[in-house]
Amino acid sequence: MTPAIDVEDLTKDYKVGFWRPRPYRALDRLTLQVQPGEVFGFLGPNGAGKTTTLKLLMQLVFPTAGRASILGRPVGDLGVRQRIGYLPENPYFYDNLTAEELLEYFASLFGYSRSDCQARASRLLDEVGLGAERRMQLRKYSKGMVQRVGIAQSLLNDPEVLFLDEPMSGLDPLGRRDIRELILRLRERGTTIFFSSHILSDAETLCSRVAIVAGGRLATVGTLRDMSGFEVRGWEVVMTGVASTVLATLASRGVKATTVADGRYTFDLPKDASAEAFVAEMHAGGARLVSVAPVHTTLEEIFVQQVHKAGSAREGAL
Amino acid sequence: MSPKSLGRIALAVFRESVRERVLYNLVGFALLVIGASYLIGQMTAGQDVKIIKDLGLSAMAIFGLFIAIFIGIGLVSKEIERRSIYSLLAKPVRRSELVVGKFLGLALTVAINLAVMTVVWYGVLAYMSWSEIDLVKKGWEAPAADPRLLVAVYLLFVQLVLVIALALFFSTFAEPLWATVFTFGLYVAGHFSADLKHFDVIVGDSPVRYVTTGLYYLLPNMATFDVKNAVVHAQLVPYGYVLTATAYGAFYSLALVAAAVLIFSKKDFK
Repeated sequence: MTPAIDVEDLTKDYKVGFWRPRPYRALDRLTLQVQPGEVFGFLGPNGAGKTTTLKLLMQLVFPTAGRASILGRPVGDLGVRQRIGYLPENPYFYDNLTAEELLEYFASLFGYSRSDCQARASRLLDEVGLGAERRMQLRKYSKGMVQRVGIAQSLLNDPEVLFLDEPMSGLDPLGRRDIRELILRLRERGTTIFFSSHILSDAETLCSRVAIVAGGRLATVGTLRDMSGFEVRGWEVVMTGVASTVLATLASRGVKATTVADGRYTFDLPKDASAEAFVAEMHAGGARLVSVAPVHTTLEEIFVQQVHKAGSAREGAL
Repeated sequence: MSPKSLGRIALAVFRESVRERVLYNLVGFALLVIGASYLIGQMTAGQDVKIIKDLGLSAMAIFGLFIAIFIGIGLVSKEIERRSIYSLLAKPVRRSELVVGKFLGLALTVAINLAVMTVVWYGVLAYMSWSEIDLVKKGWEAPAADPRLLVAVYLLFVQLVLVIALALFFSTFAEPLWATVFTFGLYVAGHFSADLKHFDVIVGDSPVRYVTTGLYYLLPNMATFDVKNAVVHAQLVPYGYVLTATAYGAFYSLALVAAAVLIFSKKDFK
């Protein structure tokens, strides 16, 4: 199957310095593939090369080396742009146009008829919750509203591949929930979504695979489960009605108990302990089970680990 | 290049620029000057019509220049600086279409503004003609609302299109302030480029002569488009001259737009 996005050894050097420009490597031999229908999270700290990658894929900047294709065609191909959508980071549009005019204008660039442009603009403005403000000039929009317009414009052509650069930026909690739901709806429709973010909880909720970049290099890529270190590292058992004698016995065995509230306790068990046997033992002692949950390495922990690793590697290389 | 895409981009540019507040201020001020020229004309003995014609054309030239430079540079630089171009370039549009579309949209904006100013100017001239007695009118070199004045307006438009092309060209690689300085500088220098041709009389056979001759051919000759004195004094501007000036303006503008396309097509939007 042709990958939706195929990137090989993509490299970008910028020139920095006024009098004696010297190259600064913003992206270093990035290689990755995104399969059709995937929601792919592109994560990294600020300055990691996320936006540069997206700009290279949109051909807003040209690569120093390497190649990239979308839907099997080179990124510069006009036919590709007919089939993709893009939300830039902190988007900005024309102050004097209304949201409706902007979307109709952008839709017209795909070659749709006038009535089709109007219908698409209207539907998407309703979908992102701006139906009532459609005839307001964009200069009067708040940052969150502009972000919503940005999302709407990226969906005008029902894209097969959608690129979102920090889609949650500038949105309030309700807006973020709306966008999460929108991404999930698009995923159900089979849209490939490539989104860059540094908000890890969004990636954890939405992505089938993630890549972490740091210092312009790919640190790791894979599903959250497959990533090294992303494994069950213990169990969290919440119980109520635990007798003080039982607590003392557990403490002597080295089982850590934390008081939550209302007589509930959380017990952290190591990964090799049997959660079932522990629950049965506690139950015999008169305690009642509230919940049992595996404790995973969080994406945040993986992220921090990988970013530090990449940082050390880069320092070592220098 | 798709004519449909060009038309859509040009229309959006026109829509955006025609709502700029600075445009209303400039046009408003120009109309005020044109209106005031009637009052100033009243203070002169027998020169009133010439004053109105002269001041009206000068106001159109100055405010047209401001519109072309500020709106032209503002729209293009803002697009790059504020990154609205990112979403646009992700659409199925060629970079060349974007540059040419912007150029056409700005030319349309200047044309409409010039048309508005011309209508008001002719209104003042028609009022002048209507309010004066026949004896005074007999002393005029030409009727007040002389249609031949339109030749000067037309050539002013060709000149402003060239200014837009200059502004667009500089906006593709320079910061807004520098683009303004360069465009304005070339506009001013362009009015004196004819002097460069005769510089050899002063410098003799020195190498400077070749530099000034080179500059003469390189700089846009803005004076070519200025026929204000001729039309105000009811002198005929030959069609051949108008055609040559148009061809010169069109060629120069096309060359600048082509250079802008070339730079823009290879530009990294960091």
